[in-house]
Amino acid sequence: MRIRLILRRLSFLIMVIWAASTITFFIPRMSDRNPIRERFAELARTGGFSAGDLEKVVASYNKKFGLDKPLLEQYTDYIGSVATLDLGVSLNRFPKTVMEIITDSLPWTIALLFVSSILSFILGNLLGAVAAWPKSPSWLRSIATPFVLFMGIPPVLLAIFLLFLLAFKLKLFPLGQAYSTGIAPDWSFSFFLDVCWHQILPAVSLILGSVGGWVLSMRGMGVTIQGEDYVNFAEHKGLQGGTIFRDYYLRNALLPQVTGFALALGSIITSGAVVEGLYALPGLGSKLSQAIQSNDFLVIYGIVLFITMSVATLMVLVEFLYPLLDPRIKQD
Amino acid sequence: MSAILQVRDLQVSYYTDLGRATALNRVNLDLQAGEKLGLVGESGSGKSTMALAMMRMIKAPGRIESGSVDIDGVDLMKLTDEEMRLARLSRIAYIPQGAMNSLNPVLRIGAQMMDAIHAHVPDMPKEAMIQRAKDSLESVDLKRNVFDMYPHELSGGMKQRVCIAIGILLKPKVIIADEPTSALDVVTQRQVMETIDRVQKEIGTAVILIGHDMGLMAQFVDKVAVMYAGRLTEVSAVRDMFTSPMHPYAQALIKSLPNLKNKGVFSGIPGLAPSLLRIPSGCAFHPRCTQAMESCKTIVPEVKDHSGRLVACHLYTEGA
Repeated sequence: MRIRLILRRLSFLIMVIWAASTITFFIPRMSDRNPIRERFAELARTGGFSAGDLEKVVASYNKKFGLDKPLLEQYTDYIGSVATLDLGVSLNRFPKTVMEIITDSLPWTIALLFVSSILSFILGNLLGAVAAWPKSPSWLRSIATPFVLFMGIPPVLLAIFLLFLLAFKLKLFPLGQAYSTGIAPDWSFSFFLDVCWHQILPAVSLILGSVGGWVLSMRGMGVTIQGEDYVNFAEHKGLQGGTIFRDYYLRNALLPQVTGFALALGSIITSGAVVEGLYALPGLGSKLSQAIQSNDFLVIYGIVLFITMSVATLMVLVEFLYPLLDPRIKQD
Repeated sequence: MSAILQVRDLQVSYYTDLGRATALNRVNLDLQAGEKLGLVGESGSGKSTMALAMMRMIKAPGRIESGSVDIDGVDLMKLTDEEMRLARLSRIAYIPQGAMNSLNPVLRIGAQMMDAIHAHVPDMPKEAMIQRAKDSLESVDLKRNVFDMYPHELSGGMKQRVCIAIGILLKPKVIIADEPTSALDVVTQRQVMETIDRVQKEIGTAVILIGHDMGLMAQFVDKVAVMYAGRLTEVSAVRDMFTSPMHPYAQALIKSLPNLKNKGVFSGIPGLAPSLLRIPSGCAFHPRCTQAMESCKTIVPEVKDHSGRLVACHLYTEGA
C-alpha cells in the first residue's frame, strides 16, 4: 500500500516536471530574439568583434547548439536531455554548464531563503496565535499590528528602502554583495560572520514582507480554534493556560498553516529572486534574471526546471510529513 | 444531612449591545452527596449558564454578579483564579456534550487524560497516572487500549465515554453533565446514561444532568429542577414531577410530552419563551400561564417549600 502511494506521488512529480519543462521550452522560443546574436552584437558594440560576419557566425553557432533544427526536434532533444539531467551549457557564458551555474549559486539561495522563510513562518505564526488568544496581554497582542502593515508593501520596495536608509544613508550595513570585497571565500569563522552580516538586510526585507501574511492567516485560524469545544473542555479540565495554548490551541491552528507554507514556496522563490538581484547576491534568482535579460534559454530552462523540481519535491515531502502533525490523515 | 452542593443567590447577566440580559436570576439549589438532579427547561432558560457559572467559566460579555457556590464547605466564588483552576475536575467536573468535538483531534486519548491529572497532581509518578487513566477508561466500559487511540478512531458513543472517564479521573464531589447524550442514537444514549449512573454510584458524587429529554430524565434522576427564563420554577422528586407537577409551567411541560394513551395528540405550550432582555414583570411565565392572577403580573413569586417540593408560584402561597 505504502509503496503504491509513493509511486503515485512520484509519477505525479514527473508529470509536473514534464509540464513545467514543456512550458519553459516554448515560451522563450516564441520570441525571435537569439541569445547568440545578442551576445555577438554586444561584443561588436564593445569592439571585441567585427560586426561584418555576424549572421554567418550566428548561423554556425546555431548549428552547433542545434538551434537550426525544427522546433519539434529541438523539443524532443531537450526532453531527452532533461530526462538524463543534462541541462546543457550556457549560450551566453559558454562553456560554463547550466549545472555549474546552479550549483555555484544554490548555496546562497538556500541560505537566504531557507533561513528567512523559516524565521518568518515561526515569528508570524506565534504573533498571530498570540494576537488571537483572548488571555494574552494587550501589549503582546499589539506587536502584531505593525507587521500586518508591512504586508502591504512588496518585499522589493522594502528592500530598496532598507538599502537606501540603513546601508546608503546611515552606513550601518553593507551595500549589497554576498561578502566584503577583498576577502577570499574560505571556511573560516570570520568569513562566515562576514557573510551573515551581508545577509541581514536581504533577510530582513524578505521577513518583513512575508511575516504579516502569516500573522493574518494565523489570527484568523486562532479565532476559529479558540471557539472549538476541545479548547473549552481543556479549560474545564483545569489545565494550565500554557498547556491549553500550546497543545490544544496552537497545535490545531498550525495545521492549515503548514499547508500554506508548502503553497507559499513558489512565491518565496520569486520574491527571493528579486531581492537577490537588488542586493547583488550570487543566488539562483539573480542568475535567472540575468539569463532572462540575455534570453539565455538553456540557463532559463535549467533554473526554472530546477526550481520547479525543488518546489514539487518539497510539496510531496510536506505531504508525507503531514500525517505526523495530523493523525487524522493517514496514508495508506 | 448537610448538602454537598449549595448554590445561593447565583445571578449571571450578559451585557449585550441591546442591554443587560439576565440569564440566571438569583437561583438557589441544594444537592446531597450521591444525588442525581435533572435540570430541564427550554433553550435559553439558563441551564447551561447555570452549569458554566458553577464552573466559573462564564466568558465576557457575561458576568457572575452575585451568589455563592459551596462545595463541601468551600465557596468557589471566593477562590483565586489558580485555586479555581485546581478545583475544576477535582471538586466539580464538567462533562461536555462530547460526542463530536470535545476531544483534541491531534492528541491521543491517553495524553488528554494525563495532562488533566498532571495539571492537578504534578508530582504523581507517570506509571501511576497511566494506571489511573486506564482504570478510568475501564470503568466507563472502554478497553484499556483506547488510551493509545486518537479521537477520530472512536465512535460518538465511545468519545462520550472518554469525556465521562476524564470527568471522573479525580473523583470530584459534583459532576455536571451538559446534554451528554444529544447527538447519540437512542441505544447509545441508554448505554451512556447507564455508565454515568454506575460510575456515579461507584464514586458517590452528586450529578447534575442537563437536558431536554424528559424521558431520559425520568429513568435516571432522583430530582427534577425546571428552569424558566433564568429562574427555578419547581424542584421536585422525579415521581412527583411526572405524576403531579405543581407549577403551571411544569404542568404544561409534562403535558406536552407524547404518551402512549393519546398517540398523535401533542399539546404545546402556547406563546414563546420570553427574551432575557425583557423578562416579564412578576412571574416570568404569567403571559403564557392559563391560571395567571393579578398578583402574578407584579410580584415575583418566591420559591417556597411545599412538603419537600420547591415551587415558585402564587397559586400555592395565596391559598395557603
